[in-house]
Parts: sequence; structure tokens; C-alpha cells
Amino acid sequence: MATTPHDLIEITDLSFGYVPDRLILRDISLRIPRGQVVALMGGSGCGKTTVLRLIGGQLKPTRGTLRVAGQDIHALDAAGLYAMRRRMGMLFQFGALFTDLTVFENIAFEMREHTDLPQDAIRDLVLMKLHAVGLRGAADLMPAELSGGMARRVALARAVALDPMLVMYDEPFAGLDPISLGVIGRLIRRSNDALGATSLIVTHDVQQSLAIVDYVYLMAEGRIVAAGTPDEMRNSREPFVYQFIHGAIDGPVGFHYPATAYAAALGLGHA
Amino acid sequence: MRELFGGSIAAVSAFVLGAVTRIGAASLFCLRVLARSMTSFARPRLLVREVYFAGALSLVIIMVSGLFVGMVLGMQGYETLQTYGSEEKLGVLVALSLVRELGPVVAALLFASRAGSAITAEIGLMKATEQLAAMEMMAVDPVARVVAPRFWAGVVSMPLLAALFSALGIVGAYLVGVRLLGVDSGAFWSQMQAAVDFKQDILNGVLKSFMFGFGIAAVATFEGYAAPPTAEGVSRATTRTVVNSSLLVLALDLVLTGFMLQLWSE
Repeated sequence: MATTPHDLIEITDLSFGYVPDRLILRDISLRIPRGQVVALMGGSGCGKTTVLRLIGGQLKPTRGTLRVAGQDIHALDAAGLYAMRRRMGMLFQFGALFTDLTVFENIAFEMREHTDLPQDAIRDLVLMKLHAVGLRGAADLMPAELSGGMARRVALARAVALDPMLVMYDEPFAGLDPISLGVIGRLIRRSNDALGATSLIVTHDVQQSLAIVDYVYLMAEGRIVAAGTPDEMRNSREPFVYQFIHGAIDGPVGFHYPATAYAAALGLGHA
Repeated sequence: MRELFGGSIAAVSAFVLGAVTRIGAASLFCLRVLARSMTSFARPRLLVREVYFAGALSLVIIMVSGLFVGMVLGMQGYETLQTYGSEEKLGVLVALSLVRELGPVVAALLFASRAGSAITAEIGLMKATEQLAAMEMMAVDPVARVVAPRFWAGVVSMPLLAALFSALGIVGAYLVGVRLLGVDSGAFWSQMQAAVDFKQDILNGVLKSFMFGFGIAAVATFEGYAAPPTAEGVSRATTRTVVNSSLLVLALDLVLTGFMLQLWSE
């Protein structure tokens, strides 16, 4: 895929492993255009979240390059990386709300840390963000008092608190009831369009993500194995894509974890 | 036999190597905390909040323990001193024991158990629930925002708690020695006043407890920050904080006492 100035994220031939000879990601290349909502899908443990950590500069790639807004993330010094992170927002899988702060203070956290906004302005901004996710009335609650869906909405409001250019979502649909699923999906799409941001969703929730994203990358065993629009993915006949999108039990991904022959394991003879 | 011997050497070597590596990592972490400490001083509200959690919430256990240790010391001291007809020296015995040794050491051991373990558990759980990672992604350094205020809160709280422990211990000894066992009140206080030296006894006690606070805070914050982000990891880190910081306090006490006695004799 060719790089264009419209791409906010450009990842080229990127490999990563905590130990160099045991790679988790292998030769990944992908482009995420500005303004789009893109899903990075794949089974559990295929390396999706690692891609987010690489984009956020929390990990360094073993090989390859990763550019955000034209800047090589891993060539930045600490100050440059922190400056870049101020333009990013991230929703963690279980919210990662600060448990010692109220909902209000969680949203206000980044504003207080990075801006000199007066107290009144911070108050108004926080209430606007909370209103957008329907939780203005929960401003004074502690995170422990929130349901899973509410916590995810607060985390979303916190992720977009400073109107970032890029918002990353790590499994935003995990563990939510059907109503909360729909709410979070709509909020992701709406906030992306309202802010003019770019969003990258790491998920294995097929139906919910295909309903809101512009483009999909499908990962398996540390590689990008397919890419396309939601319609292209739904209509694909490629065996792995078909199995993943339709949730088929058998296919390229076998039901059984590799093991010795069943009969031999039970002592019933040799396979 | 040779294999057994070789295996033992290998196991001891691995243990020593692991311990030295961990001490090195803890020292580097400590330097990082010191380098990132300006936030704590520039934003005193962060520090005050942590002093409340580490120091103020430890007051009950420290004060009650100090009172009881003082009462027991008064009882035991009276029993021994009356053998020599020197029970009026009880104030001196109690004050010197508490101010020089028992106050800083016992208060530090209690502080390690009460506040050190809480600091480790809190930082470890923040790591396990990705709160520290979230902070990093918000371009906020968790060492400056979370660790440094807790570290300095430990350093600041420890001497104050040790002083309170000693003070309550003396009150406890007074209650038992003077009020219960009949030691002369004037002798109890005046001999104590004459024998306790501000520089050699009180100041050295404060210096000791300051060093203990530094050690406990360093161990507690490091163990929390380096804890594996799992329930088991945090649990083990909390236990390590109590064990390691208690041992560190005892070792530091031996070294500091040696230094101080040497300085006094010169």
C-alpha cells in the first residue's frame, strides 16, 4: 500500500519480539488515513495490543519503522515522545481509571497536568466531555461505583479530553452487555467524526466493529493476513477471513491446540 | 558428589547474581525517583496527601505501641534497678533506650509493616490495572506523579513517627514507674533531663529514623513499581517489602550505631 500525506500512521516492515529471536509481530505494514476509524482485528494473543504499545512508544520495534504524523516515533527523545503522546488518547481494555480520583478528576487529570486552564474552564470542559458520553450526573462518583459500561464511557471521555489527533482503543467492547456495546460503538464513531480525529480500534468483536469502522486489518500469528472495507471482509471467501468473520468452529485455525495423538495419550495404541 | 557440589555452587551463584542485579536495579530506580522529585515539592498538595496516608494513618499503631513498649520498659527497668537501689534512674534508662534505639527501630519496623506494605500494594495494583501505563500514555511520568510523592512522604513521616513513639513510650514508663510503682516524679524527670543529650541522643535518633524512612520508602516504592502485574506478583512484592525493609532497618541500625558511637568517643 503506498504512503500518502493523508496517512496519520505509517507502519513499514515492522517486527517486534521481547526476545529478538522470538518475534511476536512479523513484517507488519499498514497505513491509517487521517479521519478514519480503522479496526485491527484478530484472535486473542495475535499481537494486536502490542501494535498499540508500539504506536504509543511504550515498546521499541526490533526492525522496521513506525511513523505518526510523519515522525518516526522511536527516533524521538523523551521530550519529543511525551509531546507526541499529548496528541494521542488511549482507552485501555478495562478503562484504567485512576481509582483514587473521582470521575470528574479522572477527566480533568490531563487538563491539569498539561494546561494552565483556569478552574472554571476545566470544569466546563469536563462537564461537556461527560455530557457527550451521557455521564454528567456521575461526575462525583468514584470509579469503584461505576458499572463496566459506565467505566468504559468515562475512560472514553478521558481519552478524548484534550481533543487528540489519534485515539487508540484497546478492546473497547470486551465484557460489555449488548446495550453498552452499542453505546460505546456509537460514541467511538461520533467522537471521531466530531473531533476530526483518527481512531484505531484493536478488537476481536467482529459485528460491533464492522458496523462502525471504515477499514479493517486482520491479524493472525503476528502478521497482517487480510485487509479491506467491512463489506469486503464480510464477502471474502478467503478461508481464514471467512472463519474469523463468521465465527466458524473449524477452518485454518483448528479447534484443538497442537498435541500428541489422542488415542496414544489415552494409552489405547499408537496413532 | 561432584555434581551435587557443582549444582550447589551454581545455585548460590545464581542467587547472588540475582540479588546483586536486583540491588542494582533498586539503586537506579532510587536515583530516578530523586531526579524526578521536583514535582513533589512544586506541588505540595500531592506530598501532603501521601504524608496523610503514610504518616497520619500510622499514628494509632505507632502511638499505642509506643505507650505499651514504654510501660513494659518501665516495669522491667524498675525491677532491675531496684535490685541496686537505683530506681530513680528509671527515667534515664527509659529515655535513652527509647530515643537512641527502641524509638527509631521499633517505629521503623511498624512503619514498614503498616505504611510500606500499603505503598507497595497501591503502586503494584496501579501497575496491574494499567493506571501507570495510562499515565505514561497521557505524557505524565508515573515516577514523578505517583512514586516520588509516596517516597518523600515515607522519608518525612518516619522521624516524626519515631519521635512520637519515644514520647509516648516515656509517658508509658512514667505512668507505670511513677504513678503505679512509686518512683519519685522529680527524680524521674530531672535525671532524664540531665542525662539525655540533645546532639548525641535525640539528634542521632532523628538521623537514624530519617535514614530508616529513606530505606523503607525506597524498598516499598521499588517493590511496587517492579511488581509483576498480577495478583500473585503484587502479593509477593508486598511481603518482600515488609521482610526486606525490616532487614534493611536492622542492618542500617547496626552500621549507624557503630558510626555514632565512634563519633561520640572521639
